[in-house]
Amino acid sequence: MNPQSSKIILEMRGITKHFPGVIANSGVDLTLFDGEVLALLGENGAGKSTLMNILIGLYRQDDGEIYVRGEPVQINFPSDAAELGIGMVHQNFMLIPRMTVAENIVLGMTSLPFVPDMRKISNRIRALSEQYRLKVDPNAYVWQLTVGEQQRVEILKMVYRGAEILILDEPTAVLTPQESLELHDVLKVMTSEGKSAIFITHKMDEVMVFSERVAVLQNGKLKATLKTSETTPQELARLMVGRNVLFRLEKEMQEPGETVIELCHISAKDDKGLSALEDLSMVVRAGEIFGIAGVAGNGQDQLAEVITGLRKPTEGKILIADRDCTGKDPLGMIKAGISFIPADRIGMGIAGNMDISENLIMKGYRDEPLSSKGFIRPNRIIDFAKRLIDSFRIATPTPKTRVKFLSGGNIQKTILAREIDACNNLLVAMYPSRGLDVGATETVRNLLLEQRSKGIGILLISEDLDELTSIADRIAVMFEGKIMGTIKSEDADIEMMGLMMAGIPLEELTNDVFEKSESSTE
Amino acid sequence: MIPLITTILAITLRAGTSLVYATIGEIYTENSGILNLGVEGTMLLSAASGFAVAYHSGYLWLGFLVGVIVGGLLGALHAFLSVTMRANQVVSGLSITLFGTGLASFLGQRLGPKENSFNLAGISGPRLIAQPIPVLSNVPILGALFNQDILTYAAYLIVPLAWYFLYKTKNGLNLRAVGENPITAEAMGINVVKTRYLYTIIGGMLIGLGGAHLSLSYTPGWTDNITGGRGWIVIALVIFAMWNPARAVFGAILFGGINAIQFRLQAIGATIPSSFLNMFPYLATILVLVVMTWWETLSKRLGAPAALSVSYMREDK
Repeated sequence: MNPQSSKIILEMRGITKHFPGVIANSGVDLTLFDGEVLALLGENGAGKSTLMNILIGLYRQDDGEIYVRGEPVQINFPSDAAELGIGMVHQNFMLIPRMTVAENIVLGMTSLPFVPDMRKISNRIRALSEQYRLKVDPNAYVWQLTVGEQQRVEILKMVYRGAEILILDEPTAVLTPQESLELHDVLKVMTSEGKSAIFITHKMDEVMVFSERVAVLQNGKLKATLKTSETTPQELARLMVGRNVLFRLEKEMQEPGETVIELCHISAKDDKGLSALEDLSMVVRAGEIFGIAGVAGNGQDQLAEVITGLRKPTEGKILIADRDCTGKDPLGMIKAGISFIPADRIGMGIAGNMDISENLIMKGYRDEPLSSKGFIRPNRIIDFAKRLIDSFRIATPTPKTRVKFLSGGNIQKTILAREIDACNNLLVAMYPSRGLDVGATETVRNLLLEQRSKGIGILLISEDLDELTSIADRIAVMFEGKIMGTIKSEDADIEMMGLMMAGIPLEELTNDVFEKSESSTE
Repeated sequence: MIPLITTILAITLRAGTSLVYATIGEIYTENSGILNLGVEGTMLLSAASGFAVAYHSGYLWLGFLVGVIVGGLLGALHAFLSVTMRANQVVSGLSITLFGTGLASFLGQRLGPKENSFNLAGISGPRLIAQPIPVLSNVPILGALFNQDILTYAAYLIVPLAWYFLYKTKNGLNLRAVGENPITAEAMGINVVKTRYLYTIIGGMLIGLGGAHLSLSYTPGWTDNITGGRGWIVIALVIFAMWNPARAVFGAILFGGINAIQFRLQAIGATIPSSFLNMFPYLATILVLVVMTWWETLSKRLGAPAALSVSYMREDK
């Protein structure tokens, strides 16, 4: 850091924020220097987003002061933050699909004239997008853009509004490894021009790559502020969770058994009638974890839906334990021994207004012992629920608590308990640890490994390459509905997988770029 | 033949005027994300109160003013219920329609003159008359455009302005953003609550103006159910116009035309049951909905505001 850039541009002192029943932030101090990237690290629910929402005026702090360039400021509305040059790229993009890029960028600006000159605005956006290497067409509608392009629009929006302090809320979650590298370059250009950034993340490796300093939040409190070059991922993890985390899980060597599911030349369409899966074939065996990597939206959803009976394949066959199960409905697939941990936990995995015991019996309520002669048996249900709550360590006051009041990790444990208890063949797990904190992630992964050693076949769909390489046996990379290649996880190479995620088949990589041995292909 | 067409066109425009005002009002309200199903009740109450005030005061414009104020008040009530109280907008709107219909009917039996046993129906009061523009109004067919009352002339101006405001100005952009995604709008510095209140009240005022135009110009006087379901046609027209004020004109003229043709058909003794013509607006609306469902790209560009009838609160977790 050069001396002139070591000026403090932003300071938050003693920020406290309560939500009904929760203390989201408690006495947090944060300092941001001119021209630096500060990582804000913490588990889910540690208070990172709340702190930043206070900074941009979406929430108001109960206590504490904010200073920008040494001056005390009141940020009551987002427009106040914009005037102070503070802008944020939210995790869920703040974009309006039915408007153009240019309209989205100038939306709500107070300096906008009554009748804006859209052509002039477009030209300015083009100039900025060249300057910061954020290529995007100002006249395109946002619904036409990819997720990566939408993020560029979000960054452009802040730059256009003259933001000097950029807040990025888990910006890499939706990007391929290559796109993340591009984002890194963009941030470099920006900080070199004197802008500063706060980078919210819960991934240690990103802290190491992107930031100069790192502030660690735990349970709404600031644990430490460190120079990135003077710390290690292990130390950060310990600060974040408050204990040592087992990053490499104990995975025993074991030979996979019989085939539990075989997909033969499956094709399927998405909701819009476009091809989502093309001639896809794969096999999952008992006692193995078969990983599917890829950027979200490349057919993973449709693959899971086809296997769980939610979507009919247009072509191909599904064999479960050598029986043809093509075209069965979800109940048929459940009866064939398939369990499903959906990506949309809240929407698809639980009924939030129903209690835990009701959510736990959703698969088994039809049969003895939970019901008999068409009537459900409340006492048996409570016993059943208590057993699962104990064995899966779901933190809840009672089995009658509504699921929506649980934390994300405990909601996921509830789903896992129900699905694992009913599973006797194949467990399809979609993004099972997405958005969970380190502790819950570890529990989820260990539960999957436990099922593996019990001889269940597991299809693990994930975008977290660390997760795949640490617990899967084999990893297939999907791109636009096709499998680009399947590799053993011990041969997995992040760069190679990144290229496959961008659409380059494994054969080309092994022939041209990487001279890998044939043993890595199936 | 040409005089007949001219007459039908003139009646069409007169019949369409109240629809144009009310539809533009509802389009503005719905573009802010608030669904106001209180149109029918608002139009009725504005028609009744507007006529009563004009009759007793003798001032026609006072009648229109009261119609507009009543519409604005009902709009404010709906805004309070659906924005501040975050009530279900369908329930709130339907309640306003039931309330307005009932109150208008009640007032119709109480606000009349003593000699008519306080009944408002069956008496004549001041009315807005057509003011033909010299020379232009004598042109065959197109002359119909220039043989109207002043509110119809004003509509010629208001429609393009309403379109321009919604799609070309900063305030229109902000309004549409609130209806598409209030969270984003708030994050971009737009005051969602203020915007929704403002356009629900303005929408109510325009709906009230449409109602007053019925009792003070198109079918002067008060009769029970003077709207004849026009409030529901307005809801249908908004969908038919796909939330665009410019397209609303075509719908208003089309459905106004149905009204005009109905009279003429009866006059020449044609035997098409009027029920069929009355069904047409709703049938057309169903058709638009079906087409939009099939045609994904179209609905992405032109469909209902994404946050229509979704309530919003700051600091919702």
